[in-house]
Amino acid sequence: MDLMEVMRYGFVQRAMIAGVLIAAVSALLGMFLVLRRFSLIGDGLAHTTFGSVAVVLLIGISPLYVTVAALPLVIISSLAIYKLTSSRKINADSAIGIISSLGIAAGVVLASLSGGYNVDLFSYLFGNILTVNNTELILAFIVFVMVLAVVVYFYDDLFALTFDQELACSMGINTGRINILLFLLTAVAAVLAMKVAGIMLVSAMLILPALTALQMSMSFRKTLIAAVGFAVGAVLCGIIIAFILNLPAGAMIVLLNICFLSVVFVVKKLYVPRR
Amino acid sequence: MPVVRVDNLTFRYNGIDVLSNISFAVEKGLYLGIVGPNGSGKSTLIKNILGILRPEKGRVELFGRPLSDFRQWERIGYLPQRLSALNTHFPGTVEEIIQMGLSKKDQDTLTRTLKMMAIAHLGSRLIGELSYGEQQRAMLARALIRRPELLIFDEPTTALDPETREMFYSLTGEMNRQEGTTVILVTHDIGVIGEYARNLLYLDKKVIFSGTFKEFCSSRDMAGIFGPSSQHIICHQHDRTGGTI
Repeated sequence: MDLMEVMRYGFVQRAMIAGVLIAAVSALLGMFLVLRRFSLIGDGLAHTTFGSVAVVLLIGISPLYVTVAALPLVIISSLAIYKLTSSRKINADSAIGIISSLGIAAGVVLASLSGGYNVDLFSYLFGNILTVNNTELILAFIVFVMVLAVVVYFYDDLFALTFDQELACSMGINTGRINILLFLLTAVAAVLAMKVAGIMLVSAMLILPALTALQMSMSFRKTLIAAVGFAVGAVLCGIIIAFILNLPAGAMIVLLNICFLSVVFVVKKLYVPRR
Repeated sequence: MPVVRVDNLTFRYNGIDVLSNISFAVEKGLYLGIVGPNGSGKSTLIKNILGILRPEKGRVELFGRPLSDFRQWERIGYLPQRLSALNTHFPGTVEEIIQMGLSKKDQDTLTRTLKMMAIAHLGSRLIGELSYGEQQRAMLARALIRRPELLIFDEPTTALDPETREMFYSLTGEMNRQEGTTVILVTHDIGVIGEYARNLLYLDKKVIFSGTFKEFCSSRDMAGIFGPSSQHIICHQHDRTGGTI
């Protein structure tokens, strides 16, 4: 089966478009999260997504709307992580751990209440980008536009906040507002990334492209663009390879991201002189 | 109208008073030195003035406006003791850091500031790749590029080499003398306080002393805290230079 033939399928086109949008969103947000040592927030929110999906399935909402229906609980969880972190009494990693455990534990209990694990819940654990529906495609587009607008409009504030929160505060930047915005968008991105890579691999979508771009030691703006480039490249190649070889797309996308990181890391070690 | 006014400020952390009923004012053009032992609340006071921390009670005014209403942050240049959590992988170049938060990014001003701080050759380097001294130069350039009316330095020269330290103090002294820039300097460097500052605030969770050098030099309480010889050295340096050299 050649590439043009693959691209003719409607579900492949939807997967490609949604994948590119979600990858770009995850990479943009991931850059700020990684640099602020919130790398594991994706993992925490993904686990919460598991709990949220369990609630949604228990209620009996149509699988078509599970992504949208899971959003409110995940958003509340991200705000809880923010609140716990900003209390200064709990470290970020501990706060993520608390919410993450709560999400998984609640998910398992609710799945059990609904009569045990079922196929639907497992499909969310490992994701399947090829099953993206029109609602999810529209949601991905809206979130992409929102994240792009926030990053462009608040670029200076996000840059300062990522560099040093106290310094940003002394510049009159409303760090609380920017933080909440970042956490809210991350929650939405985590729910969408679940569709691409599955709950188990959401954090990879957020972390890996940013980490790969950071190895290149470029300016902030160029690193952001490179992160998006790596993320989009991994999604497009991942979907095509997965479709042709009949392999799971989410895992293939994550493996390609790790492949990019390894190549950039090795090339930098071998060819870039230390200053 | 004072540039900074602090009224009855109390800050608590975990139920313990870190600062208690602090009151003082800083007039325009003043070079104020803030000294005190470790843990006396010097940095906490600065963070309360800049809105980084919120006081339990009390009031801070900047340029005559309550902190909550103050919006003209470009009038203030702040140099922290150490960046609170500098990630060495942060991909910001020196130029990006110096221009951070500027509403108008002007290449000529940037070039001039880089040259002034002797870091023109580092403009395109990543901040995390630089030595601590070079990072502090870049951070000072960031504080100075807006030509602020108020400069706040929190232990700015810790771990700087003597040459950079000298350059730092003479530059800020010159700005204070020639342009009337108000300077608040938190430091352990008692020699520098005598040489540059005109007023002194001695802090130990509360204000122990606040006044001019003349008052400081004649204060028996301060002789008790600093020891007569240290007080003599500080006062001698101040008499020799008259403050801000």
